[in-house]
Amino acid sequence: MAILIIQILNSLFYASVLFLIAAGLSLIFGVMRIVNMAHGSLYGVGAFVTAWLVGRAVAYGLSSVWLFLFIPVGAAVVALIGAVIEPVLLRPFYRRAEEYQLLVTFGLLLIIEDVVRFFFGGLPVTADVLMDAVPSIHIGGLVYPGYYLVVIGVGALAALALWAVIYRTKFGIMLRATSQDRRMASTLGLNVGFVYVSAFAIGCFMAGLGGAIIVPSQAAVLGMGIDALVLAFVVVVIGGLGSLQGALVGALIVSFVRTAGIQFFPEIELAVLYLIAAIVLLVKPTGLFGSA
Amino acid sequence: MKATPSVSVRSRIPLLIAAAMALGVLALVPLVAGLYQIQLLTYGLIAAIAALGFNILLGYTGLLSFGHSAFFGIGAYTVAFLLRDLGIHSMELYILIGVPIAALASALFGYICVRHTRIFFGILTLALSQVLYSLALKLFWVTGGTDGLRVARPTLLATLLNFTGPGAFQRFLTAYYYYVLIIFAICVVMMWVILHSPFGKALQAIRDNETRAAFLGIRIRQFRWLAFLISGTFTGLAGILWAPLNGLATPDVLYWTFSGEIVFTALLGGFRNFTGPIVGGIVYTYLKTYAVATTEYWQALLGAVLVLLVIVLPTGIVGALSQIARRFGVKRVP
Repeated sequence: MAILIIQILNSLFYASVLFLIAAGLSLIFGVMRIVNMAHGSLYGVGAFVTAWLVGRAVAYGLSSVWLFLFIPVGAAVVALIGAVIEPVLLRPFYRRAEEYQLLVTFGLLLIIEDVVRFFFGGLPVTADVLMDAVPSIHIGGLVYPGYYLVVIGVGALAALALWAVIYRTKFGIMLRATSQDRRMASTLGLNVGFVYVSAFAIGCFMAGLGGAIIVPSQAAVLGMGIDALVLAFVVVVIGGLGSLQGALVGALIVSFVRTAGIQFFPEIELAVLYLIAAIVLLVKPTGLFGSA
Repeated sequence: MKATPSVSVRSRIPLLIAAAMALGVLALVPLVAGLYQIQLLTYGLIAAIAALGFNILLGYTGLLSFGHSAFFGIGAYTVAFLLRDLGIHSMELYILIGVPIAALASALFGYICVRHTRIFFGILTLALSQVLYSLALKLFWVTGGTDGLRVARPTLLATLLNFTGPGAFQRFLTAYYYYVLIIFAICVVMMWVILHSPFGKALQAIRDNETRAAFLGIRIRQFRWLAFLISGTFTGLAGILWAPLNGLATPDVLYWTFSGEIVFTALLGGFRNFTGPIVGGIVYTYLKTYAVATTEYWQALLGAVLVLLVIVLPTGIVGALSQIARRFGVKRVP
């Protein structure tokens, strides 16, 4: 029984991180119709920046309570990067064919991977002080890291906050209007450029937050973003590109299948996930919750 | 070329001469170049075959596949399996057995993927290719996992050319260059014929206007499927040729970033031109080799080249050259 609870918690932990990445990807696609191939790499940047900052702060002897502040800082750095990327690199391509947009973000992926290597070196960077700062809990006689519960909480909060922003604020209305009809929104006096850059920055913030909260539990390594991107693709394909609920449900499905997979069929665990994505695309190409 | 007017035999003569000259120059390269250059050029020709196959989808049918690593990898692993499990050493047998397998896999993948277009097509091809990647990675007792499988030097032309004893590596490289060059030439001719046949025109019609093509009675999905089949088979053949040269089949060639490299190749040369992917394949091989040799951050360099290319030269090298040529009064560049 305790094992079952732990596996469920593990799935939820994993789902939280996946949701953060996939929701950002989905938001960017929903508003700007761009599939951002560099999204996974931005998640990697969030992990590296946070881990590096925590490492510096520990060296200066900062107490561990303050260290948690570096998680939102790491995410904010990624959001800033996003706010630069969108107007400089992506804006010239909205009128061009989809293929070119995909290729530009693919080029961006290659660049970001190497920039990360340049700044942080090729070695893994850890921030496990944060993990140790949260006391462990006991589940039926088994020890479980309390930090995982924090991550689950952050994931749930992020989902709620994103939902509130999109469906309960004026900015959310602007976002949805732009996503439905860019020209019409522009004609009505909306500053589409501002909406785009904010949507892209929010999406990047989510990816960065995903990286920042996972790095205390596992070290930041080169290439982590490239692997994460494909899983995020699986999530949004199952849930539906551009849908927030879809990203949530997709992340849950992928995490539970993956946890079960590691337990029962470890060899084909990843293959099963990709196959599920392929089947969903075949049966309902817009995903479970997608409309476009 | 977007619209190729029906060409008479006479206007094809300069083209034939140009192609023969290009082939002649390529055939003379081993007389002047060192072994390393020969090896590099062989890699380039193989990349060109892969890109040529890829481009029938992107350039002529308007479908961007992000999963062509699957077919390249299937080709490479087929060679490795044939060698390890059946003890086959003959290159001809590799090709004769490997090409139908690649074709079969392309037919299967294509059957699933052509139900979609645009971004969904790209993601579907990517997801399916990653199924193969994760299997190659995880089923290590079959595929060797990340270590990959060793591929020894095969014999060429039945057993006429056998490579053992001193200097075998050098002799193999030169002989293999000509071997690949001949197959490359055959591929180019075949692709030219396919793309300039009514079938090829129909593909371009689908690319330019799907609805109109459907009204003309073209069975769109079936044509796309055939294009996918041809495309995957050519890329698979490139994988077959690549494995003995590389000496190792690893999961890297199945990973989705390798598909990205194939896309890059076609774009670099120019996917709107027939010769674009060929030029792209050769130039990309040199670009990557020298980027890796000069800087640790070669990936960033390639990424920057890709971004610049999309911004400045969206028609690729050949597209830009033909524009310049047109400005100087040359009417048609293939």
